[in-house]
Amino acid sequence: MSAHTEHHDDGHGHDDGASHSTLKGYMTGFVLAAILTAIPFWLVMTGQFEKSSTTAAVVLGLAAVQMIVHMIYFLHMDAKSQGGWNMLALIFTLVMVVITLSGSIWVMYHLDHNMMPSMMDVKSLP
Amino acid sequence: MSDIQAIPLPGQPSTLSFHLSEEHHPQHGTLLGFWLYLMSDCLVFACLFAVYAVLGRNYAGGPTGAQIFELPVVALNTAFLLLSSITYGFAMLEMQRNGKRAMLAWLAITGLLGACFLFLELREFGHLIAIGAGPQRSAFLSSFFTLVGTHGLHVTFGIVWLVTLMVQVGKKGLIAENKRRLMCLSMFWHFLDVVWIGVFSFVYLMGVLP
Repeated sequence: MSAHTEHHDDGHGHDDGASHSTLKGYMTGFVLAAILTAIPFWLVMTGQFEKSSTTAAVVLGLAAVQMIVHMIYFLHMDAKSQGGWNMLALIFTLVMVVITLSGSIWVMYHLDHNMMPSMMDVKSLP
Repeated sequence: MSDIQAIPLPGQPSTLSFHLSEEHHPQHGTLLGFWLYLMSDCLVFACLFAVYAVLGRNYAGGPTGAQIFELPVVALNTAFLLLSSITYGFAMLEMQRNGKRAMLAWLAITGLLGACFLFLELREFGHLIAIGAGPQRSAFLSSFFTLVGTHGLHVTFGIVWLVTLMVQVGKKGLIAENKRRLMCLSMFWHFLDVVWIGVFSFVYLMGVLP
């Protein structure tokens, strides 16, 4: 079956990029995404964990997993699509996103911390 | 100035030839280019997420996320968007099978689900503004409206594009150009769903945590 599919792809010279999308792939992605959506809503709405930080960590972790599921099953990402350029662009973007997010949170947290009203001498302000 | 140009070197043919036939030309230049657009769009959303991460707890004495977010509505919204993703997937499968009528039907369902999503979101925005929790109330609400509103704007234009493509497919059929456009919209639509995962996790679910 898979040999037939490969032959089909070669024969038509990749005339459409989504030729490998199948009903099974979409349904697998949908079921996984539905489960990964339901769990965090259930956790937050029923208050399963005592500590907010635990819930936040689990919610963020599940969101990351669900994003990967969407990338694989809905956006059909793999290392080979577009000769690897898709993946390269994605990795570059992820690096930029991580720098933007972590950098902003880190810098602004310390700015908030160091600019507390108690640390400023009110009389010295213009 | 003019003596620089067009001096044929000895031994070369006088007509210009670029050997394009031997270059490896990307098969899906449009799809790769559209993917690059999506990645730059991803950076736009990353900046808005960063703004929300920094300002999301600055309530300025106004309402907090726990007070104004209605999680059941958000869950319904998420379900609409997730369902619209899978129905677009069904449309793509019908497109591969050249089933024009079935594909148009799935596209129409996708558009309706997207419209339901937008309706609920606009209703939420209207409600917030009506109770005095508009974007000018606090830094938290400014960044919330910017982030969620930008996503909603993307969904709006996605629906406009979807309706345009439905008309085009209806008139010209499933020609190669329309298939290419449908694949670009497929990436756009699924990408919006990926961004929404970030929104409902980071903004709504983490926003109601004490």
